[in-house]
Amino acid sequence: MKRVATPGLETQAVKEKARQGFLIGLPSIVYLIIFFIIPLGYVIAYSFATRSRSGRTELRDWNVDAYVRLGEDVVQAVAWRSLWIAALTTVICLLLAYPLAFYISTRRPVIRNLLLVGIMIPFWSNFLIRTYAWRVLLSSDGLFTKVVEGLGLGDGRILFTRPAVILGLVYGYLPFMVLPLYASIDRIDWSLVEGARDLYASGWKAFRRIVWPLSRPGVIAGSILVFVPSFGAYVTPAILGGNKESLMGSYIVDQFMDARNGPLGSSLSVLVLGVMLIGTMIYFRQGGRNL
Amino acid sequence: MNKGAALSTAEPKGASRWALRMHSLLIYVFFYAPIVVLVVYSFNDAQLVGDWRGFSLGWYEAFLDNDNIQESIWISVKVCVASTVISVVLGTMAALSLERFRWWGQKAFDAVLYLPIIIPDVTMAVMMLAFFNETSQLLNLIPGVDLSSGLEKLVFAHVAFNISFVSVVVRARLANLDATMEEAASDLYANRWQTFRRVTLPQIMPGIIGGALLAITLSLDDVVVSSFVASVGGTPISVYVFGLARKGVTPLINAVSVVMLSASMLLILASLGFQRATQFAREEK
Repeated sequence: MKRVATPGLETQAVKEKARQGFLIGLPSIVYLIIFFIIPLGYVIAYSFATRSRSGRTELRDWNVDAYVRLGEDVVQAVAWRSLWIAALTTVICLLLAYPLAFYISTRRPVIRNLLLVGIMIPFWSNFLIRTYAWRVLLSSDGLFTKVVEGLGLGDGRILFTRPAVILGLVYGYLPFMVLPLYASIDRIDWSLVEGARDLYASGWKAFRRIVWPLSRPGVIAGSILVFVPSFGAYVTPAILGGNKESLMGSYIVDQFMDARNGPLGSSLSVLVLGVMLIGTMIYFRQGGRNL
Repeated sequence: MNKGAALSTAEPKGASRWALRMHSLLIYVFFYAPIVVLVVYSFNDAQLVGDWRGFSLGWYEAFLDNDNIQESIWISVKVCVASTVISVVLGTMAALSLERFRWWGQKAFDAVLYLPIIIPDVTMAVMMLAFFNETSQLLNLIPGVDLSSGLEKLVFAHVAFNISFVSVVVRARLANLDATMEEAASDLYANRWQTFRRVTLPQIMPGIIGGALLAITLSLDDVVVSSFVASVGGTPISVYVFGLARKGVTPLINAVSVVMLSASMLLILASLGFQRATQFAREEK
């Protein structure tokens, strides 16, 4: 801290510094207002706009028809299916990731860092190509199909079915579950577990009463990070799913590209945004920022 | 910190310990086996993907001879360079502003800056589509901007999400730095710019490079936003490959995919390396 004799000068200096900070942030603020906030405003405006006969979205005759249409059976079916698939993906990811995150955080530092890099590479690298790799494996003469049939596990041709989409989503988003779980498990004070064991708690009991509750912020953060993108997924169903079962992401894209129904596509996008905002609020309430 | 003793009690014994190890191993196999298979098949000397006819570089040659692919790679590179430069400058300034200053409205800015990271791709894509539909005539009035080629639209859209990623990475670096160095510089009569140029910038450089590499990767890999924004004839490589991959599997896409995935993984590895420098700085502290 600088010490200034005159308090007046000091408040002036603080004000001056605040002004500088604002000015440094200003270019990004302006950029995000123009290229993020205003676009967001347009989507909200579109959802109340009118669709002309030629399929153009016209910003006049404001109405809530696009929201009324969310109640239609077709739309409801898509929404519930997406919700169900996203929930299932989240649960599978949690079950797969928890033991792995636990294993990683109990390794020596060198090994731990290597294992973490092994998760971060799929976390950040090309999602499209990673999904495409599964299309190669699942194709009718692909390796997955051959192995499943070779082992006598039944029909291995699951491409273009719901299991293929869930498999693709789990593959794509599993790293999003592992990393926050690892972060919260790693922070656990293991001497608590040691204490519990000294007091004759079984290994299972020590886990259930100490490790699990302390890792809950990671469970919640990871679940949201998997659930939200799975709910709005577009690439995975487009590559691994069939055209019988639309999911939210592809349904929204269809509204803009094929059906040319901007207002409905926009009200659906607002719905996805709503799901995201609820998720984010829970995330931050759980102290997710520290993860 | 010695947590080894306590850890050893936490670790399960016997069969469950073995199960835990097997489980973790299988997950890594799950992560990497599909990629290995893709790489192997890309060297397959056959028209059909499924049957193995021996090693060949033929599909990589076909990839180099394909004009469409070359052209879309070129578009991707141009968009990626422009969007990375802009987002690194803006993102670094945003990081400085949030980490080193206190001002009114800062919290709101911080919150908005997180949105592009968590917003689902499809929503972001729809936002950009609606925005450019309504404002392209207006934006075209800006001198030097011509949206008809679609390149500028791609750059604008990529910057919109990359500012956030760059600023998160740079902030992590800034947060781990000792602000007293900067204060010492200003006590020695360095002005703000000199302090930034000579003290802060060299120290946050690993964060900036890490953020830039991440921005490059995210720009090259983006599919959904780009496919909504790109004009006909101006498709970046990821959108081009997406179009082909939806139709089916061919050895040519396998080869292109391997090249794209390798680029993506190498960039990420490099980015993590630079961010790791950040973490070591924290551990020493």
